[in-house]
Amino acid sequence: MQPKVAKVMRSTVLSFLIAAVIGLTSGCGEKSLTNVEYGNQNQILYYGNGDEPKSLDPHLITGSPDNNVIMNLFEGLTSKDAATLEPLPGVAESWKISEDQRVYTFQLRKNARWSNGDPVTAKDFVFSWHRALSPAVPNEYAYIMYYLEGAEEFRKGKHKDFNKVGVKALSSHSLQITLKYPAHFFLQLLSHHSFYPVHEATLMKFGGIADPISKWILPGNFVGNGPFVLKRWELNKVIELVKSETYWDKDAVRLQAAHFYPIEDQQAEERAYRSGQIHLTNTPQMDIEKIQVYRDKDPDALRMVPTYTSYYYEFNVNKKPLDDARVRRAFALAIDRTLIVKNVTKGGETPAYNFVAPDPVGYEPQVYWHEDVDEARRLLAEAGYPEGRGFPVFTILYNTHDNHQKVAVTIQQMLKKNLNIDVQLENKEWKVYIAAKKNLEHDIARAGWLADYVDPSNFFDIFRSYAGNNNTGWKNADYDRLMQEITAESDKARRFELFEQANRLLADEMPVLPIYYYSDINLVNPVVQGWYDNVMHYHPLKYVYLQTPSTP
Amino acid sequence: MLRIILQRLFTAIPVLFLVILVTFVLIRLAPGGPFDAERAVPAEVLENLNKRYKLNDPLPVQFFDYLSNLLRGDFGPSFKYPSRTVTEIINAGMPVTLELSVYALLVAVIFGIGAGVIAAMRPNTLQDYVPMSLAMLGICLPSFVLGPLLILFFAIGLEWLPVSGWGESPGDKILPAITLGAGYAAYIARLSRGGMLETLAQDYIRTARAKGLAEWRVVFVHALRGGLGPVVSFAGPAVAGLLSGSFVVETIYQIPGLGRFYLQGAFNRDYTMILGMTILFAFFIIVCNLLADIVQVWLNPRLRSLHGGKTA
Repeated sequence: MQPKVAKVMRSTVLSFLIAAVIGLTSGCGEKSLTNVEYGNQNQILYYGNGDEPKSLDPHLITGSPDNNVIMNLFEGLTSKDAATLEPLPGVAESWKISEDQRVYTFQLRKNARWSNGDPVTAKDFVFSWHRALSPAVPNEYAYIMYYLEGAEEFRKGKHKDFNKVGVKALSSHSLQITLKYPAHFFLQLLSHHSFYPVHEATLMKFGGIADPISKWILPGNFVGNGPFVLKRWELNKVIELVKSETYWDKDAVRLQAAHFYPIEDQQAEERAYRSGQIHLTNTPQMDIEKIQVYRDKDPDALRMVPTYTSYYYEFNVNKKPLDDARVRRAFALAIDRTLIVKNVTKGGETPAYNFVAPDPVGYEPQVYWHEDVDEARRLLAEAGYPEGRGFPVFTILYNTHDNHQKVAVTIQQMLKKNLNIDVQLENKEWKVYIAAKKNLEHDIARAGWLADYVDPSNFFDIFRSYAGNNNTGWKNADYDRLMQEITAESDKARRFELFEQANRLLADEMPVLPIYYYSDINLVNPVVQGWYDNVMHYHPLKYVYLQTPSTP
Repeated sequence: MLRIILQRLFTAIPVLFLVILVTFVLIRLAPGGPFDAERAVPAEVLENLNKRYKLNDPLPVQFFDYLSNLLRGDFGPSFKYPSRTVTEIINAGMPVTLELSVYALLVAVIFGIGAGVIAAMRPNTLQDYVPMSLAMLGICLPSFVLGPLLILFFAIGLEWLPVSGWGESPGDKILPAITLGAGYAAYIARLSRGGMLETLAQDYIRTARAKGLAEWRVVFVHALRGGLGPVVSFAGPAVAGLLSGSFVVETIYQIPGLGRFYLQGAFNRDYTMILGMTILFAFFIIVCNLLADIVQVWLNPRLRSLHGGKTA
């Protein structure tokens, strides 16, 4: 190497080093406010959002981080009261429901606008639902729209004529919807993201309704109709929303902006909260060890809210001896749930003696059994395994996670102690665990369910004999008939009666072993106002604002 | 020299091809597919998704499709993130990961060589033991322990630096750089101590000392160059390791780099994402090793004739 070259190289390395040092320490020494301090002065909310959203397209998303963002970017015909979850007018200002509860006629408000200034019309909804149901669009939540007449057939390609689907624009601001069955919760359902309108011209400009890499949802291109608009989306860094100037109810919106951080790690999220980088955490669970610390030090910030969910174990009823309902019931009776939630999970969960969670809108499932070790032993003996003798070793499968492991170990001990049964534990990585369950390879598998809307059918539907989420192999014609009847029933009281019959059947047959109902555990800075606890983890930002003691 | 570089780059082609082939086959063998979710995906949706991403074609066809797209610089669409291509995701994450790696390397080199040299100057005294014990600690402490400890001390306790973020608030790049660089600094400290000890025992150093040169001149001008040989050969793989191993640090500090996408890609069975990232990192490793070789030749004239280069 020539000395000259060496010299050039040396000075290159040197200048590179200097540049790197400057880059690394840039901005040091500047005194600055934390996000929370700055946000409080300017009505900007900093939000820990758990994970990077998969998309912000209302017809493609599935996860709650995605939903947390887009519920502020779009508005359906109805919206929900953040505290009570009662349906509220959204784009529709009023509606009429026919006597048989199958035909809904909505009047859209004249001042509803897209973020580019276009009016939101009935035609927009027809276009959007057509798109959401199109077989070419991989919308995993399309089934939620199957209450519309002809929707399922259209989606499954049985007919190609969208005019046969029960949605019609009567005029520019009047929309008629025809349902296949009366659905009590339909007004509530309309605020689900599958029913959000999307802006036709924008979609068409960026590759049509089904382009797999359409850019319509990126900042700059995005057009929505919600209280906020998308300003910035840096992958794995931040999503920034700012208040919409075209939203019909913009005077009610007090936040100027919201920043969503995809903080996946629970501990990192807690640290971000503690140091004032975010106003609130939003991962469904917190580190168990941290809960007590906040109880002692910062009880105002700790929110523990029971949710409309269920944590349970699925039996594979195709496998002996789990095919015997007595064995399944014996297991259910032998497990001390109170001990699990008090000493193991410790997050304010509720012990569950039903698969279906109590319903804030009215359905309260009856309890048919409680822990009873003697009865459990008796049932086991009746099934041919007195004192657990001769009971084959079997496995509890769960996806790799600290909390699931703790629960499984506890149940393993309880079954050994109370029934003298040996259980092995097996943890699998998420996708492997799902595949094993779908193929019914498991003996017993851990499972969780989070309802999409408040209605017991959301839970009960799982155990229809051929339902996609029935990972138990349990098939029961009576149960299927009950579900059919419930779907067609329009009388509320009668519906609840039928639900109770189904619940009784589940208690007798015990295809799943209920353990507890989850609760949401989050940290919410007390300056955040208008953030209501509810069972659906539903937190729209429309009414949220920040109030410090000094800013009245 | 140029001939060697070209030769090395040429042999990289079959290596990359093998990497692609093996990765392609392995990810297909893993149980579960990209669209499996806890909630059953309706059959017709799955069918559409498979059609959309051409997963129904026979595997060899898919493989050659992928290769031909790759040659045109197209890594394909991400399965997990509709509306993004893998190329876009790489473009967004790579500058961040590169920047983080450069800072970490800087930390590793400055602290590592510094500690190594200090230790080598008075071997088997306190001046040796203290930095070397620290280095041992650095090797033993994984970043997921060191990171939170640093945060607890400097960010939450002293409030000198931010807890997380990247380019959001002043100084938020310092802790990630230290966390990622610490382990490598420790290795470099041990390597440079060894290299320095060996070099300081050489005759030419004794000559330099005999000439009455100042000790700092002996150490930093004459000995350092020879003493850094092992460090340089370590630096190539180290840079590759920094680039591809930043996942933990990226998660702790909320850094929007590539590591997080790589790991999530694996968990999500996002085939195109895994392939794209693997190819990228394989490429980085090849290039880094090559660069390390070049620097080594530059530092050690004896290697030049071995490689058939000109002598200065």
